[in-house]
Amino acid sequence: MLPALVFLIVVTQLPFVATVVISFVRWNALAPDNRGFAAFDNYKAVFTDPAMRSAIWTTVLLTVTVVLVSLVLGLGLALLLDRKFTGRGVVRTMLITPFLVVPVAAALLWKHALYNASYGLINGTLTWIWKLFGSADPPQPDWMTTSPLAAVEVALIWQWTPFMMLILLAGLQSRPADAVEAARVDGASTWDVFRYLTLPHLRRYLELAALLGTIYVVQNFDAVFTITSGGLGTGNLPYTIYQTFYQAHDYGRASAQGVVVVVCSLLVATFALRTVSSLLREEITR
Amino acid sequence: MRARSPGRTVRGERSAVRPGRRGPIGWAAATVAAALVLSGCYRGAGNLGNEGRDTINVLMVNNPQMADLQRLTAEHFTRQTGIKVNYTVLPEDDLRDKMSQDFSSQAGQYDVASLSNYETPIYARNGWLSPLGERAARDTSFDQADLLAPVRKSLTAADGKVYAEPFYGESSFLMYRKDVLRDAGLTMPAKPTWKQVAALAAKLDGARPGMKGICLRGQPGWGQLAAPLTSVVNTFGGTWFTKDWQARVNSPEFTAATRFYVDLLREHGEAGAPQAGYTECLNDMQQGKVAMWYDATAGAGSLESGDSKVAGKVGYVPAPVERTASSGWLYTWAWGVQKASTHQDAAWRFISWASGKGYERLVGERLGWSKVPAGKRASTYRDPDYLRQSGAFAAATKNAIASARPDDPGVQPRPAPGIQFVGIPEFSDLGTKVSHEVSSAIAGRQSVSEALDKSQRLAEEVARAYAKR
Repeated sequence: MLPALVFLIVVTQLPFVATVVISFVRWNALAPDNRGFAAFDNYKAVFTDPAMRSAIWTTVLLTVTVVLVSLVLGLGLALLLDRKFTGRGVVRTMLITPFLVVPVAAALLWKHALYNASYGLINGTLTWIWKLFGSADPPQPDWMTTSPLAAVEVALIWQWTPFMMLILLAGLQSRPADAVEAARVDGASTWDVFRYLTLPHLRRYLELAALLGTIYVVQNFDAVFTITSGGLGTGNLPYTIYQTFYQAHDYGRASAQGVVVVVCSLLVATFALRTVSSLLREEITR
Repeated sequence: MRARSPGRTVRGERSAVRPGRRGPIGWAAATVAAALVLSGCYRGAGNLGNEGRDTINVLMVNNPQMADLQRLTAEHFTRQTGIKVNYTVLPEDDLRDKMSQDFSSQAGQYDVASLSNYETPIYARNGWLSPLGERAARDTSFDQADLLAPVRKSLTAADGKVYAEPFYGESSFLMYRKDVLRDAGLTMPAKPTWKQVAALAAKLDGARPGMKGICLRGQPGWGQLAAPLTSVVNTFGGTWFTKDWQARVNSPEFTAATRFYVDLLREHGEAGAPQAGYTECLNDMQQGKVAMWYDATAGAGSLESGDSKVAGKVGYVPAPVERTASSGWLYTWAWGVQKASTHQDAAWRFISWASGKGYERLVGERLGWSKVPAGKRASTYRDPDYLRQSGAFAAATKNAIASARPDDPGVQPRPAPGIQFVGIPEFSDLGTKVSHEVSSAIAGRQSVSEALDKSQRLAEEVARAYAKR
């Protein structure tokens, strides 16, 4: 066990320790002769940086929207797929597909093939519909400019809905059938069955899906980077750190940003899990 | 940026930096791990695979011209010289990052790297590169004098020595649909001013169903929007910094240029301008969605290629001007040799082959003349085979590159070289941040003066550090 434990610590914890160390160092790759101990300068820069503040807000907004909407859509799809109908297997496979697309490819697809105002599918469809009615002047909204954050969110929702659907579908299929039968015999309506049997049973699955979804969406980089290049107020935390690291080559400040993000995430996660979730609480009471 | 460098060809879009979904910790951890390995803790591992005297490690950007080079190396270089080449190919941002780590520590892991004319003077000043002038002079078949003067000069550092040899080069010019202008009864001046171009754009709006007047980049990035914008700023008489490091980003000239650029885009520019970069404009031009396009000369190759719907219908004139004689930018990917490399001779032989005349002919004959890494040698533009394929834009491209003046791109002396960028390490970050503000002005979320006031504060921060030196 000990070698395994040592290995685990080396590959998971040491890099973080190194990051913490670097966050106290004045280290810009492009100024090789100006390296040294910076004390809290990097952290000061992080906390006074307006870009960082707006990135935090953007990240929260993006994550909450994407997770909640995909959860609701995923629940709807899972309930539909829980019924028996011909071709169910095929439909399920097709619904899962978006989650299997490489994130960068998906983002490129949304940017060019769908959203693009002059040659994207959405505006092309509008043109076609308007043509049917003999109008040569269809509306050509520019989605990524008018609502850039929503454009990123929609692309992410498309990708994450199947993930939520899978987890909830697993939950639905483990529902005890006899309880539903009994409720039906007692004259419960479909809504009653959903409200008093299905939802309570699904609670842990919903929480798990939301938790996992949040962990992944908070870290999203591909969609922001590709669709809007972080412009028009869509720069989230990973994008901001990327910019500090790759554009400014400021390793010290990028590390400080990383440390701040990790600490904040841990605080929020612990607090959220303790107060909201039954996942941990029941473990503790047992 | 894949920015890009201003003009990426073909696959303009950058792939994202990391394949997986990694978050801040993952990044930081990866960073540190990489930094530890590269900072010399592992000096011993630096030259893995270099047991033979004749193996060199080359680090290069993943542009199509480099991919062709990689394909041709074994048969046409290693077989003749016995020098084996190990390539490491990365997207532009990753390349800059790895390169600056390896070169700044002089770890010697890479013998040769692809640098642009943005990094070359900076790296040379830091003492990270070997001067190549003497080797080039001794190697008569290389013919250093054949290189186009502005390209050669842009790879010459402040000490007057050459530190990199160009692989291909580009400038910028105005591309326009000859047929559309003719049908509208309009003529394009041989040397247009920006005011004339704006007037033409207004008249060309709607010349064909769904067609806008002009395509200009609006996508944030120092290699996207900041490049054409800076070339417009130069010719309007503006500059990022004065000779003695005063930031001038909200000066009247800079503001007039930016306002002109933003208004032109908002009134007669392509749809979706705030996210449109090189690739989007190329698509718009090919789809007939715009009548004019001001961008990299590399775009012409794609517009005239066999499968392009507008091939043969496009005219080319020099980059529009206002107060300067020319305003085209200059960008080149070139080969530099790390000072700490223990394979200096083999490295030069590789460069002499890759940047030589023979290689251009080899690509033309083996892969097609449209794939030639052009824009660096005068002899390319005298080659009948090349001209047969690229006659439509060859002269315009050569003239654009030849008239570029990276040391004096505007109306006032500059503190650092560069036309569409300022040749200081901080510009990649500054240019990107400022282009975010301007892009948001193009989207109508703030006024141009708001955008530039914020940008001025960022530029002042950069200038302060230099003014002290």
